[in-house]
Amino acid sequence: MTGIDTRAAEGARSAQGIGQSAPRPDGVLKVTGEFAYSSDLWLDDMVWGATLRSPHPSALIRSIDVGPALAMPGVLAVLTHEDVPGDPFYGLERRHQPVLAVDRVRYQGEPVALVAADHPERARRAAAAIVVDYEVTEAVTDARRAAFDPACPRVHEEGNVLRHQPVRTGSVFEAPVVVSGEYEVGMQDQAFLGPESGLAVPAEDGGVDLYIATQWLHVDRDQIAPCLGLPAEKVRLTLAGVGGAFGAREDLSMQVHACMLALRTGRPVKIVYGREESFFGHVHRHPARMRYEHGATRDGRLVYVKAEILLDGGAYCSSSPAVVGNAASLGVGPYEVGNVAVDAYGVYTNNPPCGAMRGFGAVQACFAYESQMDLLAEACGLSPVEIRRRNAVSQGSHLITGQLIDAPAPLADMLTELESFPLPATTGTGSDLRDLPGGVSQTTRGEGVRRGVGYGVGIKNICFSEGFDDYSTARVRVEATPDGPHALVHTAAAEVGQGLVTVQAQIARTELAELGVEEVTLVPADTSVGSAGSSSASRQSYMTGGAVKTACEAVRERFRELAAGHPGLSPAELVERFGPLEETREYRHRPTRPMDPLTGQGDSHTQLALCVHRAVVDVDVELGLVKVVELAAVQDVGRVLNLLALEGQIHGGSAQGLGLALMEEVQVVDGRVRNPSFTDYLIPTILDMPPMRMSILENADPAAPYGLRGAGEPPTLSSTPAIAAAVRAATGRPLPRVPIRPQDIALP
Amino acid sequence: MEEDAKGRFSRRQVLAASTALAAATTVAPGGARPAAAGAAPEIVGPGEVRVALRVNGQVRETLVEPRVTLLDALREKLDLTGTKKGCDHGECGACTVLVDGVRVKSCLTLAIMREGAEITTIEGLADGSRLHPMQVAFLERDAFQCGFCTPGQILSAVGLLKEGRPRSRDEIREGMSGNLCRCSAYPNIVDAVADVAEVPR
Amino acid sequence: MEFLRPQTWAEALAAKAELPGAVPIQGGTDVMVEINFDVRRPPALLDLTRVAELARWSAEPDGRLRVGAGVPYARVISELADRLPGLAQAARTVGSPQIRNRGTVGGNLGAASPAGDSHPPLLACGAVIEVESAARGVRAVPAEEFYLGVKRNALEPDELIKAFVTPVAGGPQYFSKVGTRNAMVIAVCSFCVALHPAERRAGTGIGSAAPVPLRALAAEEFLAAELDWAGTAPLAPALLTRFGELVGAAAAPIDDVRGTAAYRRHALSVLARRTLTWAWNDHRKAAERCA
Repeated sequence: MTGIDTRAAEGARSAQGIGQSAPRPDGVLKVTGEFAYSSDLWLDDMVWGATLRSPHPSALIRSIDVGPALAMPGVLAVLTHEDVPGDPFYGLERRHQPVLAVDRVRYQGEPVALVAADHPERARRAAAAIVVDYEVTEAVTDARRAAFDPACPRVHEEGNVLRHQPVRTGSVFEAPVVVSGEYEVGMQDQAFLGPESGLAVPAEDGGVDLYIATQWLHVDRDQIAPCLGLPAEKVRLTLAGVGGAFGAREDLSMQVHACMLALRTGRPVKIVYGREESFFGHVHRHPARMRYEHGATRDGRLVYVKAEILLDGGAYCSSSPAVVGNAASLGVGPYEVGNVAVDAYGVYTNNPPCGAMRGFGAVQACFAYESQMDLLAEACGLSPVEIRRRNAVSQGSHLITGQLIDAPAPLADMLTELESFPLPATTGTGSDLRDLPGGVSQTTRGEGVRRGVGYGVGIKNICFSEGFDDYSTARVRVEATPDGPHALVHTAAAEVGQGLVTVQAQIARTELAELGVEEVTLVPADTSVGSAGSSSASRQSYMTGGAVKTACEAVRERFRELAAGHPGLSPAELVERFGPLEETREYRHRPTRPMDPLTGQGDSHTQLALCVHRAVVDVDVELGLVKVVELAAVQDVGRVLNLLALEGQIHGGSAQGLGLALMEEVQVVDGRVRNPSFTDYLIPTILDMPPMRMSILENADPAAPYGLRGAGEPPTLSSTPAIAAAVRAATGRPLPRVPIRPQDIALP
Repeated sequence: MEEDAKGRFSRRQVLAASTALAAATTVAPGGARPAAAGAAPEIVGPGEVRVALRVNGQVRETLVEPRVTLLDALREKLDLTGTKKGCDHGECGACTVLVDGVRVKSCLTLAIMREGAEITTIEGLADGSRLHPMQVAFLERDAFQCGFCTPGQILSAVGLLKEGRPRSRDEIREGMSGNLCRCSAYPNIVDAVADVAEVPR
Repeated sequence: MEFLRPQTWAEALAAKAELPGAVPIQGGTDVMVEINFDVRRPPALLDLTRVAELARWSAEPDGRLRVGAGVPYARVISELADRLPGLAQAARTVGSPQIRNRGTVGGNLGAASPAGDSHPPLLACGAVIEVESAARGVRAVPAEEFYLGVKRNALEPDELIKAFVTPVAGGPQYFSKVGTRNAMVIAVCSFCVALHPAERRAGTGIGSAAPVPLRALAAEEFLAAELDWAGTAPLAPALLTRFGELVGAAAAPIDDVRGTAAYRRHALSVLARRTLTWAWNDHRKAAERCA
């Protein structure tokens, strides 16, 4: 058995059910360097794959000459689109993304050819030796033009608008107070630290075993197998250690490529992207351009909202339609408003493809609607907190899609609590450089520094929406061991750092306590058990947690029947005599409905989660440099399963929101990425992350397992607008765009 | 499938707690050439050369080209994959190791330049089965999520304390600012380092 | 790629003479990035880590400091902060703690990136770079003549950087650098001012705002003419503004991924005003103490 043994090192077994801060079962492996990430895998006879990518954002391919590469020493195979054994296309929502470019390339970095060689550098050099004759064509790089200019070239035959989702309710679009704005969100990268990698091993049955860092084993398999021309059962995936995900591993990267090379060479093939390639190897967060108009009464109650949300999906579809759905349905935020005209568009361009990233379509709109709420507060003479409180949804409210919020949603109370947190002390002259904007780079000793405070509110749908058949599968087996009954939990759910393995074990211990189970082993996630769905949409505690709980209950039910029939036997004796007891269960959340294509109406979401942030910043208004002094958050998680892991999620989400507010942007000019490195794509360091003050509420959602509410994404939404608002408060600048660049403040 | 995999993986297996070391790769040695003239230096390469690295208290010989980084030598030649490659550019800190007790980024130094030095990687930090206090602190404070940056964080923290005990949380932050954590376990990392450095809250 | 391992400086010079394409490597923090990314494939690397004298610093007979090209930033911070405060402040902002343990001023000079953090203080302090070849011996190149273009310096192919020689600070020095996060960041622009009260002048250095690091000569001349070295009054706002303008005007910045030219010019003016204010205030305090 090769699973993770979750016996606690300290032996405090009884304290490791749900609600306890149980330690991570993979923690010791991670702090000793023994945890095997996908890039650490090794077989003695393996060879290395490398990918040739397009240098052009848009070009026709006239010819590809692989001869020079094939002639190089150590090269075992060079493959192009002609070598794809099955369907040449794949995709999460539309199977139109070429495994390898066929007759044209649609973005800079699109894979064109593959090499397998006996050394990674030989593979890279051989890839560089492939000669591709491109005919460069006009690149479509302006999302607005792509969407609305009929003369604009089409990136795909279907046209450039991949989804337009309107939301319409009410008919009153006049109000005494009107504020409007245009907002922009730059392209953010997930920037996980463990680049895309995996190992494909050809199998004797003609199939392939793939060890891979991913977010969703089964959807990978279901895309890979048709491309390889293999039945699904011949493509077996096992989860390798995942060095962060944040959405970027929901789409395929090197999966089909490694399998193709393995099947062609008959050798195990490892592909590991470098950092630069990683920037081209996965989808990013959609950049957005948004126009908003809010109408309100003079006392600050919303009358109407009009919004146009334009999301640049780049060259291929990925999960863009679902991103558009979120942007539309959550486009005005957690506020009550009766008259709405929202139009969300997802658009094809020749920019890098965009897809899933933590917050998924809700992030961009949140920056815009929260910016609007601050404008409205000012126009009505109210505080930022008061304008939000006056319009806050609560249990019983309806979303703009008509969906009833039937679980607790105490937004007004959350805001009140947030506002009541004490403010951090002022940073004065003579402060430690590390506490000032610019830090030890010594740009100020207090000159030009102004403090600002801002608030942000976000609402995120949890689990998959719009009628998706969203489920997870768990197999739970209780067997006798000399130490007593032992549980094995097997799911295909991807542990990506969020602590899902911890929570699964906690659930099993809780649900199987009466069987005497203390020790739980998590079987490695693979495709030999049913799908767990994706580790995204903050859904795994809910869905796979729910599946493990349900499977445990089924095992417990059988145990109870046995116990009733054999009253003299202890739990251990029952398991010993009648075990092993094994049950597999699929868990589904309540069904959701599609959005009406014309009005957007429909109960499209499973669960809704709220987070509110207050940001305190010091801004050097002359230089435009920002120091986030403190972030405070209130989040309602329904039920805490593991406080330590939960706090980590709130830290992480808040920090990624901070990055989007102040520094993170994939800069794309004419379809070309200008900063594909950690030298110039900046993510927050430990000196950028402020101390956090948190309040975590537990207003249970009766529809969810244990009443829990997904928690990973909501903080990513609200920290960005809170920080932007704080910087506005400090500077008086409108700052309609994130990330806020120093020149936006210093030279408006 | 599991047994199949276990049998076939010579080095590491997904989620397996043990590491089996692969057999040494056999490549013809390049060897060092003696100095030609009186004042001429020793020349090695351009082919693979035998390098003896002292890693975690053991001398390990391997063959590397001169251009191979210490990071690649550790990972690809010595099966020490606990040291991570996050950027190969000196910008993420995941590859941090100690060289003669000093923390360095192993992607920015050549293996051949570290002959004779005492190299400590994450695999060598624990005393047998007894974890290093910094490893314990990271576990107790949950100072990681995906864990990819963790070996580098822990070695950086150990190196920081060797450079002089940080006296404040600000000093910890500055001292740990060379290690990115995208999961942003930063608050917990500060707590973990503060525990070991005995910095009050 | 060959790897040359000289044990002595003489061996190193001989090797460089014989193989001018060999790239010297010390801390590796500049050179390795290019090698890892295949930006360049030099025929040979010249490992200078065994040349002991490069890692030493000492006082010259004339009182100046000679700092070996192999002294890492961490030692500049811990051992030289009192004598070379501007350079120590700059060293504190270089890369990360790990990089500062290995990276050297010599490497910064060899790479000659306009964004290198050491350059502005070297310029402001009037440092001289000592370079040497086996054939022609030692040559002393003033810092301002050392930088020739983006990643180009005044080294001949057979020369190596031996040390830099710089006066010990005779007055306050301040280095300041703009970056868009609070650590591990390459300069958007940087500035250093060094007061030389004995000479009744101030030195300046600008980084990351022109193809080469450079002095703001007009700004220095302005200060030499305007500063009242005997006085202890604070600087007039108009003087500070003019100084900032002259520093901004001295730059020749471009728009790139890290910032715009206009912002760089603006930020340099701000940095110039602030650093001069800090330096002058220190100077006044020192003067008052002496009085």
